[in-house]
Amino acid sequence: MPPINRCLPALRCLRLVDNAAQRQSLRPLTRIARPTIRHHQSRLHHTQAEASSSASTADNAPQSPPATSKPEVKYTSESYPNIKRNSKFKELSADDVQYFKDLLGNESAVVDGVTKDASAELEGFNSDWMRKYRGQARLVLKPSSTEQVSKILAYCNKKLLAVNPQGGNTGLVGGSVPVYDEIVLNLSRMNKIRSFDDVSGILVADAGVILQQADEHAAKHGYIFPLDLGAKGSCQIGGNVATNAGGLRLLRYGSLHGNVLGLEAVLPDGTIVDDLSTLRKNNTGYDLKQLFIGGEGTLGIITAVSIICPQRSPAVNVAYFGLESYENVLQAFKESKKHLSEILSAFELMDVGSQHLYRNATGAKLPLEGEYPFYCLIETSGSNSDHDSEKLNAFLEHVMSEEIVADGVVAQDETQLQSLWACREGISEASQHWGGVYKYDLSIPLPELYDLVAECRERFKSNGLMGETDDHPVKDVVGYGHMGDSNLHLNVAVRRYDKAVEKALEPWVYEWVQKRQGSISAEHGLGLAKKEYVGYSRSETMLRLMKQIKDVYDPNGIMNPYKYI
Amino acid sequence: MSGLRILVPVKRVIDYAIKPRVNKAGTAVETNGVKHSMNPFDELSIEQAVRLREAKVPVEDILVFSAGPTKSQETIRTAMAMGADRGIHVVEEKIELEPLGVAKLLKQVVEKENRNLVILGKQSIDDDAGQTGQMLAGLLGWPQATQASKVTIEGEQCTVTREVDGGVETLKAKLPMIITTDLRLNEPRYASLPNIMKAKKKPLEKKTLADYDVDVSKRMKTVKVIEPPPRQGGGKVDDVDGMISKLKELGAI
Ligand SMILES: Cc1cc2nc3c(=O)[nH]c(=O)nc-3n(C[C@H](O)[C@H](O)[C@H](O)COP(=O)(O)OP(=O)(O)OC[C@H]3O[C@@H](n4cnc5c(N)ncnc54)[C@H](O)[C@@H]3O)c2cc1C
Repeated sequence: MPPINRCLPALRCLRLVDNAAQRQSLRPLTRIARPTIRHHQSRLHHTQAEASSSASTADNAPQSPPATSKPEVKYTSESYPNIKRNSKFKELSADDVQYFKDLLGNESAVVDGVTKDASAELEGFNSDWMRKYRGQARLVLKPSSTEQVSKILAYCNKKLLAVNPQGGNTGLVGGSVPVYDEIVLNLSRMNKIRSFDDVSGILVADAGVILQQADEHAAKHGYIFPLDLGAKGSCQIGGNVATNAGGLRLLRYGSLHGNVLGLEAVLPDGTIVDDLSTLRKNNTGYDLKQLFIGGEGTLGIITAVSIICPQRSPAVNVAYFGLESYENVLQAFKESKKHLSEILSAFELMDVGSQHLYRNATGAKLPLEGEYPFYCLIETSGSNSDHDSEKLNAFLEHVMSEEIVADGVVAQDETQLQSLWACREGISEASQHWGGVYKYDLSIPLPELYDLVAECRERFKSNGLMGETDDHPVKDVVGYGHMGDSNLHLNVAVRRYDKAVEKALEPWVYEWVQKRQGSISAEHGLGLAKKEYVGYSRSETMLRLMKQIKDVYDPNGIMNPYKYI
Repeated sequence: MSGLRILVPVKRVIDYAIKPRVNKAGTAVETNGVKHSMNPFDELSIEQAVRLREAKVPVEDILVFSAGPTKSQETIRTAMAMGADRGIHVVEEKIELEPLGVAKLLKQVVEKENRNLVILGKQSIDDDAGQTGQMLAGLLGWPQATQASKVTIEGEQCTVTREVDGGVETLKAKLPMIITTDLRLNEPRYASLPNIMKAKKKPLEKKTLADYDVDVSKRMKTVKVIEPPPRQGGGKVDDVDGMISKLKELGAI
């Protein structure tokens, strides 16, 4: 072990030079030594230095794990044998590839597996973040301008070549990777911030800008990007809009349907839809951009986004609680709204199982000594720390004295604040640490929100699929999520993907949610994973209307085929 | 033997995760509107004091001390929430205390409060002077063990392990003594809610420099503060041709 303490006298200088490296050297070793998950995490959270050097992310391949470390991902066509390749789609020829090469005029903008073997390079574009879906694309195109996107789509539309739009490839429903040989149209090279208005806080940027970069740009001006989620170091704002991502701050800043002011998109026939409005109010007919928000790449390609960023709060506090029952969680949520009202910026729920998964996968120490069935994370953001602290203290005193909360901690500094958030943000990654995860992202009325997790756990206990030893596919059933938005994440952490597990879960989960008028997808979208189950949350009429829209914009059906629509 | 009467001085500094900026005049680091927290090395000191008590070493009391602006009381409360028993705050809004001034102050606190162990951070991350513990040891004429990575106390006997080039060194000394803490000593705990509540009720004495008989006048003058030159970010080239032309441009080939 190198004597890390030797580099410390110059702490301040180090701090100026490289925040990330400095953090490693200052913190006690126990917090640094997270052998297993660390490199995964850094994959998701590009270091500051990396993110801010202008060209560094230009060619980011999607961030799927290296194929060598784990067994190969099964082809989607094998796990979904009833999805057949649509024979109307043309197969790629050398001529097509040549056309694209000439069009894009840059070696690195084309990954060509048609005229040569490029399987290793293609792998990252073909398999998804969860290692659950794997396509067979032989061509990846990385345009760098809206015009190029337009020409690509016009050509594909004419030749009936299917296209799979791809952002940071962090999507959780299999929408971001092809099923068969669709061309992957990856937006990573469209990564320029176009403008930022210091007065209104309106950011206009290319779709391929990484979320974290967009937020850092806004931060420079004292603003905050109105969306934050665990994959921020890899996902792109275009992908966020395409999935209508919800994330950690929706409670405070609202959904992208409200914050996105305008879009630039390209339709399958090459038409450039320039609706890059920077107006807060614009009641001039149908608000067509909404169709692309959450459209999951089935109508066209989003090439730029105009979004309103709220003022960044200088005073942020985070508290982490242990609670004895779900009743108390509900009570705490109610009280937090009452006491913290306008400064409450997040209310997250984590059950004890999710915290154990996080601890066991990362080696991190949990914040509380004792163990409780439920944990909550509360964040406040405001403009005056004295005012906020006073409110927070009154709230904390109240929930403690009323015994709503059994124990808790409050971050005393920025590092603790980040470690507390990691207990929530790290769950997603930790759940698939043992091999895989079945994820359900559901809207459920608050009073019943957690019942699903409890019932699901019982189900796997009694059917014998869950256990401590390796012969059981299921390791644990955990629940966590954006409590403030009635959004539960049910995660079934597995040692391997297994049809029996899937059968026990589906359609059972969906029926459960339907009975309670919930949604089978609160924020991750439908993609391929929920294609068959849309009917549990949408009526025949709604589905018919959606199909009509799809047919108008994409009559040949080349955009992201085989997926939910 | 009566137990340990520990003194832990703490300092409120710019949060270490925040990037400090030099003020426009180039005379100091900008502190206005910047998040402050306890000096991380002082967290280690408090943690160690509390752990000694938890390890059943007889501890009579843990006194935390801070000299500085009113806001330093938050830092003292945090220390009390972590387990310190009481606090003394010397309110000083204007004068920037130098290590020697602080050491002189601490000497008087040690004497007035009859301390037999002082645990200090090996440095504070704002001025990085790393002198206070040593000066205090000199003023008091006590043994000192700096940069501790392990501390055990049995009776009057303290054993301190410190990391040195290529290995570890183990020191033994009798109380009273001075210990300064290093990163590997422990992992400071979070301040728990019940303890935050309790800390509000713990005694915190407010004093001023006039209550002590010390000369804290400045002996040094800051001439200039500058930021290190910005780091040149790495770039990524698109392809082999790009790399070759870049290398040519840099005169490497
Ligand atoms: C660790 C982790 C945490 C997450 N947390 C949350 C969370 O809290 N809340 C939440 O809502 N989601 C969350 N997600 C999932 C979320 O949907 C994605 O992370 C993100 O929004 C997708 O962005 P992306 O750039 O990676 O898109 P991709 O994964 O590449 O694509 C997602 C979908 O959008 C389409 N698409 C992508 N870019 C475009 C474009 N420019 N034009 C048209 N279509 C496009 C794709 O075809 C695909 O259907 C999380 C994911 C991970 C891995």
